[in-house]
Amino acid sequence: MDFLLTVIEQGLIYGILALGVYITYKILDFPDLTVDGSFPLGAAVTAALITRGVNPYLTLPISFLAGAAAGTCTGLIHVKCKVRDLLSGIIMMTALYTINLEIAGTNNVPLFSKDTMFKNAALSGIFGEKIPVYVKLLLILAVVLLSKILLDLYLKTKSGYLLRAVGDNDNLVTSLAKDKGNVKILGLAIANGLVALSGCVFCQEQRVFDISSGTGSMVIGLASVIIGTALFKKIPKVKTTTAVFIGAILYKGCVALAIKFFDPQAMKLITAALFLLILVVSMDRKRKVKSHA
Amino acid sequence: MLELKHIQKYYNPGTVNEMCLFEDFNLTIQEGQFVSVVGSNGSGKTSMLNLICGSIDLDDGKILIDGHDITREKEYKRLKRIGRVYQNPAMGTCPNMTILENMAMADNKGKFFGLTRGTNKQRIGYYKECLRQLNLGLEEKMDIKVGNLSGGQRQAMSLVMSTMTPIDFLILDEHTAALDPKTAERIMELTGKIVQEKKLTTIMVTHNLRYAVEYGDRLLMMHQGKAVMDVAGEEKKNIKVEQILEQFNQISIECGN
Repeated sequence: MDFLLTVIEQGLIYGILALGVYITYKILDFPDLTVDGSFPLGAAVTAALITRGVNPYLTLPISFLAGAAAGTCTGLIHVKCKVRDLLSGIIMMTALYTINLEIAGTNNVPLFSKDTMFKNAALSGIFGEKIPVYVKLLLILAVVLLSKILLDLYLKTKSGYLLRAVGDNDNLVTSLAKDKGNVKILGLAIANGLVALSGCVFCQEQRVFDISSGTGSMVIGLASVIIGTALFKKIPKVKTTTAVFIGAILYKGCVALAIKFFDPQAMKLITAALFLLILVVSMDRKRKVKSHA
Repeated sequence: MLELKHIQKYYNPGTVNEMCLFEDFNLTIQEGQFVSVVGSNGSGKTSMLNLICGSIDLDDGKILIDGHDITREKEYKRLKRIGRVYQNPAMGTCPNMTILENMAMADNKGKFFGLTRGTNKQRIGYYKECLRQLNLGLEEKMDIKVGNLSGGQRQAMSLVMSTMTPIDFLILDEHTAALDPKTAERIMELTGKIVQEKKLTTIMVTHNLRYAVEYGDRLLMMHQGKAVMDVAGEEKKNIKVEQILEQFNQISIECGN
């Protein structure tokens, strides 16, 4: 039971990250490696704020904004300096490593004695000294639902239409007399905002900031998106924004199971093998053909 | 009025492959004129359109719209007043979005794309009306993704979408070339109708000499970056396909192919 709960909790948290990756990978068609830096950026900002006694719930929007700023930088590098998409992400990811260290102070910040969004005076006031386990799940669910519903709503606005159009056929965006570069930057900002938000919740759930927590987060996000979209391709009723969360939970479950049977040291290898397996099974390897004529 | 003045355009400047496409190219298109442009491959037809739209930079010269210099204006800004239909039917629509969403975006061209609802429900009737004149039954499939439509259907949609909002110019870049003869005919009829109804200044590049003769009130033949034939008015009305073909052959003989 505990095992399942942890998987669901972690899956949901990484699902927020997957939501961000969904925007860049599926909507914008932009392989954004900033994720490996913006995920710990959210965590670093959170750790820095919490150790300074800031209300833990305030760290959520602040982390989002910090991630959005990182995404904007990636976008500016790509659009204004005309650096290739993959490379702009790598540049930002590398830069963020130092920035994250600078923000957090050191490469490991424990938050065990601090108030977090899952353990604070207000919650103890409502539920008593011993906060029930389901409260944590509910709080994560609240963040998940909020980000999912807001994203769904956004994608239905005029601005959201443009975002979807720029990844689909950026030529049309130009035809509509809009600067496609700005739309891309906006998309990257929202995506990395969500990734940082995920890092923020993750850091509070783990109650520790670790500089290495971002390594491989891109793979987790991608795998979740690919599992989610492949599973629900045939069921159009299920929105992709829902599917990526299910994908994230499934992926986390697979990894957790694998670690149970193998040496924990082999985790990265298992992750890589699992990712390859998912790619092969889902047939998502081939790049989209640009012209559909 | 569109004016191209002393246009210079080189490809691959500074290399052994340097090629001069336009040298002191001049062209004036009056308001309301429908210009058909023909010419062999590499004669500069599409390059001319790209220069007008700002898809490629020019090396020297000026482009004026109603006396207003747009030479250094960015492509997306110019397209506020220009509607363009491409040869490739996939260029004018978003395949992963529905017909309704595509129409709604086209309807909002030139306006602000903010956080209001993407599709205005009250406009759906109008979109259906626009699509009904195509006679393709698209008005019944508003929630189908455009990627599921055929090339001809998509091209018809591109045409409607690019002329939905008030524009000064319509640029048609071999927009019937990728279609079967029957569909091409239909799209051409539709083009003629829309241009006439909205009184659009139009530049149409085509390889179909018959279309060039039948449509438009001015005919331009391009060759090596020059307009070797430029007829308008009565002269254009009386021109025959054979005459154009003859001129065409002469050019080809000069080139030795």
